[in-house]
Amino acid sequence: MKDAKPTCEGRIKVPYKWFVGETGSRFFAALRDRCEIWGTRCSRCNKVYVPPVKNCWGCFQPLDEWVPVSDSGVVESFTVARCPDAMFGLDPPVVYGLIRLGKASGSLLHYIGEARPEEVKVGMRVKAVFADRRSGNILDIKYFAPVRE
Amino acid sequence: MGKRAAIVGFGQTKGSSSRKDVNGIEMIHEAVSAALADAELGIEDIDAVVIGNMDHFEGINYVDMWSVEGSGGVMKPIIKVTTGGTTGTTVAMCAYYHVASGLFDRVLAIGWEKNSESDTTGAIITAYDPIWERPNMAGAIGGLAVDASRYMHDHGVTERDGARVTVRDRLNALNNPYAHLRQEWMRGKDVATLVDLLVSSEENQVLAYPLRMSDLCPRTDAAAALIFASEDVAETIAPVPAWVLAVANRHNTVYYGDLDWSLNETLEAASRQAFAKVGIREPLKEIDVCELYLPYSYAGLAWIESIGFCGPGEGRRLLWDGVTDMDGEIPMNPSGGVMSSNPIGATGVIRVGEAAIQIMGKAGLRQLNRDVKIAMATGFGGCYWADVLLLGKNKPL
Repeated sequence: MKDAKPTCEGRIKVPYKWFVGETGSRFFAALRDRCEIWGTRCSRCNKVYVPPVKNCWGCFQPLDEWVPVSDSGVVESFTVARCPDAMFGLDPPVVYGLIRLGKASGSLLHYIGEARPEEVKVGMRVKAVFADRRSGNILDIKYFAPVRE
Repeated sequence: MGKRAAIVGFGQTKGSSSRKDVNGIEMIHEAVSAALADAELGIEDIDAVVIGNMDHFEGINYVDMWSVEGSGGVMKPIIKVTTGGTTGTTVAMCAYYHVASGLFDRVLAIGWEKNSESDTTGAIITAYDPIWERPNMAGAIGGLAVDASRYMHDHGVTERDGARVTVRDRLNALNNPYAHLRQEWMRGKDVATLVDLLVSSEENQVLAYPLRMSDLCPRTDAAAALIFASEDVAETIAPVPAWVLAVANRHNTVYYGDLDWSLNETLEAASRQAFAKVGIREPLKEIDVCELYLPYSYAGLAWIESIGFCGPGEGRRLLWDGVTDMDGEIPMNPSGGVMSSNPIGATGVIRVGEAAIQIMGKAGLRQLNRDVKIAMATGFGGCYWADVLLLGKNKPL
């Protein structure tokens, strides 16, 4: 037993590319080119989806109405990640949470920046800070920063 | 041709952080052998197999075929089921469907996981949408922390309240020889002292606000197996079969930001459906024991409200009043629960099996000191889908 090999190592690396689709692409194009945030609205239940969805998941009908959504909103909940993780491109502590923008029905999951972790509270108003170099993905919003009155 | 169905056998391996002495197949074999022995059946008696785990934890994508040495499924019908955290409860439900359909008389349901074989957090992130959520979220802890943070804000809940749930489950685990975390240092200490120790310990570090180490489940290697039998054979196999009274499952919507954080909506709806099927109006009074999939402490407050054991914000009162302790009105997690063992694909099978053995009277040191007529088991998948099963001592009408 002493000489037996206790484990066999695997280093499987499977690269993926995920197609965003036309609906998501339209959102990312407006974000990248004009720093604008748009949602899709359901005419039946009046929900405004940010991130946008192509079909209302409640009514199961296609959505073709786009509405502009404010780039500021309210922190619905949050956490402070204290441990480093390869999935994050950032050093801890990393604050992220759910941000409900303007008339959006749901929240956007994103980072909260320019705030000490102990300052962040549920109900706090925040505003999007956009990345200087934008490439058409959700990190074109760099983070949401507190609105200092 | 629909048939009533019951659980007639259960087996599990002892949970540990790393089962170095066996591979996954061999670990599955231990659980299957234990379940067969419990039911006094041979593998030749089994008509079909349902098996589940989460592919990414072990990098095995064909577990139905790969595991036959352990499952005994050679030349039998086998179906693999994978639904994330609920995998084990869905495996049980799927085995129940097999029997209830009338197509099979004796079905083996297996859940297993070797979390030690990969990066659990890295694998769990594949359960988040790659375009909208993976870029700025990681693993299981963050999502649960966001849930806890909101719940504390809404109801003025403190970290002592969360720790009360941990203390209950970890004290119960001391009665369960199969539990992974058996924290002997807790034995004999009173609840308030243990809560004080947890919230004041510097070693008990915060991982993601407000969750500390002690608020979270471990990552476990283990396997578990159940045997379901139709009404035609159940009573000849088991002296006291655990009859399936109701199963329910709900999924809602994928993005974290679209969920209603004021409650666990899927668990509420699935519970309501299961209670309606059985005619339960007052779950706190009518259910005798629960094995709930509570992967972190605050779920033991918030989610018992969603199930309907109490109103919003009242969960902590139930905990502090001892209502959910072993000698309380509705004991929760006599096994020590998910807070004491979380071999993800097996976790739901263990919930169902632990609920079943309370009815069958086979729970050993963790057997309740009363007649158990109705037992509830739940499964949780992140983000936020739910399975509910109700088991009973009396054969359903």
